[in-house]
Amino acid sequence: MAEKLCQEQIMVSVTASELLEKVADFKGEGYRMGQICATKVADGIEIIYSFDKDHVLTNLKLKIGEDEEVMSVTGMYLPAFIYENEMQDLFGIKFKHMELNYGGKFFKVSEPTPWNPKN
Amino acid sequence: MGKRTIIPFGPQHPVLPEPIHLDLVIEDETVIEAIPSIGFIHRGLEKLVEKKEYTEMVYVIERICGICSFGHGWGYCASVEGAMSVEVPERAEFLRTIWHELSRVHSHLLWLGLLADGFGFESLFMHCWKVRETVLDLFEKTTGGRVIFSVCKVGGVRKDIDDETLKEMVTKLNGIKKEIKELADVFMEDTSVQNRLCGVGVLTKKDAIALCAVGPMARASGVYQDMRVGGHGVYDRLDFEPCIEEAGDSYARCKVRIREVLQSIEMIEKAVNLIPEGEIAVPVKGNVEGEFMTRLEQPRGEAYYYAKGAGTKFLERMRVRTPTNMNIPALVKMLQGCDLADVPILVLTIDPCISCTER
Repeated sequence: MAEKLCQEQIMVSVTASELLEKVADFKGEGYRMGQICATKVADGIEIIYSFDKDHVLTNLKLKIGEDEEVMSVTGMYLPAFIYENEMQDLFGIKFKHMELNYGGKFFKVSEPTPWNPKN
Repeated sequence: MGKRTIIPFGPQHPVLPEPIHLDLVIEDETVIEAIPSIGFIHRGLEKLVEKKEYTEMVYVIERICGICSFGHGWGYCASVEGAMSVEVPERAEFLRTIWHELSRVHSHLLWLGLLADGFGFESLFMHCWKVRETVLDLFEKTTGGRVIFSVCKVGGVRKDIDDETLKEMVTKLNGIKKEIKELADVFMEDTSVQNRLCGVGVLTKKDAIALCAVGPMARASGVYQDMRVGGHGVYDRLDFEPCIEEAGDSYARCKVRIREVLQSIEMIEKAVNLIPEGEIAVPVKGNVEGEFMTRLEQPRGEAYYYAKGAGTKFLERMRVRTPTNMNIPALVKMLQGCDLADVPILVLTIDPCISCTER
């Protein structure tokens, strides 16, 4: 019998300095990366990293300042390049050490970083 | 070693109904590397939450894609219902499951036709789409629409299906089942089809997991992953088990989808037999305050829906992560080392939906 999909919301807050360590733990434990998304919040941007294991979803929540750089997780999860480039293009978030960086040209947007909090 | 050349593939190409671009680095006739580019039709639909009330956004979300529009509406409603702790009536969950599985039948038949067209089997392509017309007729009869249905709403569904129409639906689906089995025989047994699919574009289980592939792509590589397992809807009442294949090649991806078409028809029949009487929606009052992340198994694979509100009629954030987003890295991996002539087939076997990806 298949396991039940967990609909419980697991949101774990992390700091920028803890992010890579937490993601490395997930990688080591066999978690699959599900998605990464950014949201404008007061005084900055919130990034949610979603990971799945055995149909149970766990989210890491990272809050950053408007101009704060974030470490890329593409070294551990290559598919993250899709989301990091998207956030770079739409929110203007800068990522350090991206494995595949399109340099702000992943999405063809009519105005640069349309969802940046400064806009 | 031959000379390396870069061949642009797309954004306009006969196998691509929507634009995606690949820079194919080739040596002789072998692809060494593929570099994807998307974003040609990015619409920024997620940003419309700033202008549309959360109850209206379902119409926008449904228009993300013309193939899996019902699922997008359902996923969005489920995320808002989760954030507002709304409990949907059982009959509405049954109806949502029935429409969602009908969408899967229609999506996979469309894909099978496109695949047949991709390897030049035109009569097979037309036969698949002819069978699909019956499913579109059922959508029209039960929802009034053939592409966008607008039957899902926060708190349930807008339309009921009476018992007579449900029985007619089962009769019609059983009628096309025979035709689908005949089609399946051609896809699975015909030598010319096998030549184009067997052993082509192998994605190993290890790579599928490492590259976070989803949907039929992952299941064709032996990964047990399907968000219908214990997820939204009434799948736990329908004895659902994911269709898994082990080979990881284009043939396995085709086989998974054919099996899923027949499985969906069986599940619809079971759902029709089990559907209870009752309300189809509950009234929803107030605004979204809080956040909710959920997932739904779309025909192309796992999709994410995230809603966040601060107590106003507008959401602060609506996020949709669609299956094609997650299968592009796996596509890039599959293309490495393949023959140039197989590129169109491999692009097709991920069942790309650029409308979804570009939201």
